[in-house]
Amino acid sequence: MLEIKNLHASVDTNEILRGINLTINPGEVHAIMGPNGSGKSTLAHVLAGRDGYQITQGEAIFEGKDLLAMLPEERAREGVFLAFQYPVEIAGVSNMYFLRAALNAIRKHRGLDELDAMDFLKMVREKMKILDMDESLMNRPVNEGFSGGEKKRNEIFQMAVLEPKLAILDETDSGLDIDALRTVSEGINRLRGPERAIVLVTHYQRLLNYVVPDFVHVLADGRIVKSGGKELAHELEEKGYVWLEESAEPVKSGANH
Amino acid sequence: MSAATESRTAYLANFARLEQKLTQGDAWFHRVRKEAIARFAELGFPTTKLEEWRFTNVEPIARMPFHSAEFRADGLSSELLSELPLAHAAFEQRCSRIVFVNGHYNPQLSSRDLPDKLIASSLASAIKHEVPSVREHLARHAAFQNEAFVALNTAFLEDGAFIEVPPGVRLDAPIYLLFVSTADQPIASHPRSLIIIGDDSQASIVEDYLAIGEGAYFTNAVTEIVAGKNSVVAHYKLQDENEEAFHISTVDVHQARSSNFTHHSISFGGALVRNNVNVALDGEGAECTLNGLYVAAHKQHVDNHTVIDHIKPHCSSRELYKGILDDKATAVFNGSIIVRKDAQKTDARQSNKNLLLSEGSTINSKPQLEINADDVKCSHGTSIGHLDEDSVYYLRSRGIGAKEAQSVLTYGFANDVLNKMKLDAVRVRLECVLLARMSGGHTQLEVEGQ
Repeated sequence: MLEIKNLHASVDTNEILRGINLTINPGEVHAIMGPNGSGKSTLAHVLAGRDGYQITQGEAIFEGKDLLAMLPEERAREGVFLAFQYPVEIAGVSNMYFLRAALNAIRKHRGLDELDAMDFLKMVREKMKILDMDESLMNRPVNEGFSGGEKKRNEIFQMAVLEPKLAILDETDSGLDIDALRTVSEGINRLRGPERAIVLVTHYQRLLNYVVPDFVHVLADGRIVKSGGKELAHELEEKGYVWLEESAEPVKSGANH
Repeated sequence: MSAATESRTAYLANFARLEQKLTQGDAWFHRVRKEAIARFAELGFPTTKLEEWRFTNVEPIARMPFHSAEFRADGLSSELLSELPLAHAAFEQRCSRIVFVNGHYNPQLSSRDLPDKLIASSLASAIKHEVPSVREHLARHAAFQNEAFVALNTAFLEDGAFIEVPPGVRLDAPIYLLFVSTADQPIASHPRSLIIIGDDSQASIVEDYLAIGEGAYFTNAVTEIVAGKNSVVAHYKLQDENEEAFHISTVDVHQARSSNFTHHSISFGGALVRNNVNVALDGEGAECTLNGLYVAAHKQHVDNHTVIDHIKPHCSSRELYKGILDDKATAVFNGSIIVRKDAQKTDARQSNKNLLLSEGSTINSKPQLEINADDVKCSHGTSIGHLDEDSVYYLRSRGIGAKEAQSVLTYGFANDVLNKMKLDAVRVRLECVLLARMSGGHTQLEVEGQ
């Protein structure tokens, strides 16, 4: 589904990603872990198409297409979704309006009919229940006045509505209390499926107790320095990242199948 | 002789012609007209040397040889009018509608059935019939001593609306005043309205200034509003003139004890627009809310001047004006709050926020607080900003296109002004017009959530 080869990205003259190799297949859940400043969030935003990064080398091929050549909205319409670490507040625009505009843009791209307000509401209600979200959130401006937990839940809720093929979740667990973490994890698990790939970008392995990954990769200094199964996350939890940075040698490809 | 002096002379000659048409019943007001034209002759058109007109140059108005609005365009159909986005609500809703075409009352397009107790008529006929409340209030609130445009309007007053709601009446349906310019000729019209809301009464009045067709014309409107004790008045002033039009308007409000007045000012159109709103809080416990939105693009210029005069104690005022400027548009916000010596416990808040969508657009924002009492709460704030890049990215990352993301965010910026409007029919129409403006004409798509 997604093949990242030797990806290098810089901000100004500062190289942050220094040769990422990673292959993600449908149905897989990958966790990307790593210390602060290792480039985890940069990787997530480079894939989603944020401005301000220069891709100096390498490529990312999503379902046979050059992902990095697409505009952010084109990537979303093709099925890429990024749950933000810091969801943005949009004053004056209701969650309902925002999400319906997004869904219909994606549906239109896929040649599906646009949903009217009634059908949309029906669909949305079911998904809200899963995430234990109050319906009143739909009429409130996007993320404005939401608590940290509500914002994160809202990201996963958007993912549930937009049904992406590839979902990248950037630090979705940070700032969540244990109850919220369970709810959010439950929401993510429900979205696992043979057609969908999920990438969990996280600093801690806490989330991985609830959403068990198929592969764990450790990112350090802009490269994937170690890849393994879910046990790797536990190892990291016990030993910390320092152990890795000492013994690390760059590996050529992330997940081998 | 300079162009401005020439133009002043032309106005004086027009006045002489108007005087010949005045009849017996006009005598009492003829005296007021004479005072006003004399004052205009002294003042002339304001220049940018005057502080109040520093950023708004009215020379294009002074230079233009506008005819008096003797020109009528009868034969306009209500079907045609109701297609105008902002006029739509006035034809769809159960309401009282009074229509003026090029400043002249048009009975065919106006509602036949008015609610009992409501007086809603042409001001010209009310002057002729010497209605006592008209004699008492007309030209008493909109002072022309220092305002050339109010003086012109007073001198050339031909018609407008006279609304009187007697004490203790609650009007459920809004009153729509439609001022339509047909813009086929360079005419000047001076619509004048007098709105008197009795003690303990409640009413909503919508003033719509609209254009059919292209070409320059000059609208110089004055509205006087008298809000009686304990009355609740909502006044909407919507302006969507064509992009060659000159629009100067003055709204003067007098509020009695415990009255509650809300003014919504929406400016979309016009080449050169100046809106003056002056509110006198002249009774304890009176509250006023001024709520404004101006949207300008190309080379449009829009200037909002407001004065809230806290005369008596325990009054509160809330003011929020928001502007959206694109291309080479320029705008002015000048919000003045005066707290008189006796107006203790005044609670005044003012805010002006501007969104600049282009590098070439300009806003001059100036709050003016003049506080002469010591136990008061007054605050003001101004902001000028561009669209937030993170917000644009967030929307795009969800599949929303760049252009639509911009229009959604701009709409969101304006939304808290529109949300304060209690008349749903007006608010919904304005949302449509706004979204259409933002997205270059794809109204339907946007409103359907595409």
